[in-house]
Amino acid sequence: MKVTVTINGTAQSADVEPRQLLVDFIRTELGMTGTHIGCDTTSCGACTVLLDGTPIKSCTMFAASADGHEIQTVEGLKNGELHPLQVSFKQNHGLQCGFCTPGMMLVGKALLEKNTSPTDDEVRWAISGNLCRCTGYTNIVKSIQAAGAAIEGN
Amino acid sequence: MYPPAFEYWSPRSLDEALSKLQELGNDGRVLAGGQSLIPMMKLRLAAPANLVDINNLTDLAYVRADNGHLAIGALARHADVVDNADVKAISPTMASAAPWVADPLVRNRGTVAGSIAHCDPEGDWNSVMLAVGASVVASSSSGQRVIPIGEFVVDFFTNSLDEGEMVTEVRIPRPAGAAGGAYLKLERKIGDYATAAVATFLDLAGDGTITNAGIALTAVASKNLKVTEAEQLLIGQTPSDELFGEAAAIAARACDPESDVRGPAEYKRAVINAYTKRGLDQAFAQAKGGS
Repeated sequence: MKVTVTINGTAQSADVEPRQLLVDFIRTELGMTGTHIGCDTTSCGACTVLLDGTPIKSCTMFAASADGHEIQTVEGLKNGELHPLQVSFKQNHGLQCGFCTPGMMLVGKALLEKNTSPTDDEVRWAISGNLCRCTGYTNIVKSIQAAGAAIEGN
Repeated sequence: MYPPAFEYWSPRSLDEALSKLQELGNDGRVLAGGQSLIPMMKLRLAAPANLVDINNLTDLAYVRADNGHLAIGALARHADVVDNADVKAISPTMASAAPWVADPLVRNRGTVAGSIAHCDPEGDWNSVMLAVGASVVASSSSGQRVIPIGEFVVDFFTNSLDEGEMVTEVRIPRPAGAAGGAYLKLERKIGDYATAAVATFLDLAGDGTITNAGIALTAVASKNLKVTEAEQLLIGQTPSDELFGEAAAIAARACDPESDVRGPAEYKRAVINAYTKRGLDQAFAQAKGGS
């Protein structure tokens, strides 16, 4: 079946099997590998994308269900310059291996769109569906807060 | 991981969805949020031949206060009932449970009605629904019927829907008096299933007498367990520490937990005892505060 999805502002189509998962549609059909596959069982959040602005796990959605919708992936964060989240993750050492980072930044983006100065608890609550095995989360929380401050400052 | 191949249908209206379900009979399965169904298909625990995707039926994405009850449409996501004014006003038990269902990303996609229809004994919503006396609207191409939740939840992953039927709405009755409720869930981490959880609900008359009570348990039996004996004990009584303690002891005796990675059976039974007492205390404090 033909699926058309607007990815990072550009409409993209592919002919897929109904059982194709959204994460594989993005990685394999579209060749965008910033969206990762971690646990593949709806636990880790490495495959997080924004569906019409809302973070979801793309390993637990069929590409067919995304037909006609807007998806944002980590590749869509940079707009000429790095996004404030990308800058702050770099400055605050918000990543080590980087596997969870795309998901963390996209959840951070959705959070900061509602609230540019979240508390520690608010950030930790927002990222509670995303696992990081390196950082202990402290610097991820700092990074998201710093990005919020940068966005507010602009 | 990939699910077995299936035919995919994406109806644009409820009528279209219901006639497709009628046509497919037992070979058709509704896909709503898919947060339980898709993982089960990937793990090959479910292999529906046809999926009827209802995500385009956006008319069903409502949470609203109707006459006498809170109505949750089939496409309302878990996130839609978190911090929702109507939910808070009508069902304190539901408002208490909402932030503890799965994790934030799953809540953005999974649906309340889908979770209820799934009848996983480790799912949170059916305990809430059993405690508050909810009902489920089942629709098919030949009409609609309203099923009390106690008759809807049959057993382990089994509901009482007939072939060709789907859940289109869940109804939570508005309490008659000053009400309170809680959902206390012990989980190892956010997103894990409950080790054990308890939904409580109390409705009080003006003189403080309990006119309605609900207690239901998660993850400690082959289905979400309504503890009718404890509820009957409470109704007509005046709240007291002793009364709540007795109800909690009944709940602990009624459950039938299994030892697993989340803990030994006796530990879970002790959690049910403590959480039932604590949940009733919280429900009472809230009901008093609101009266």
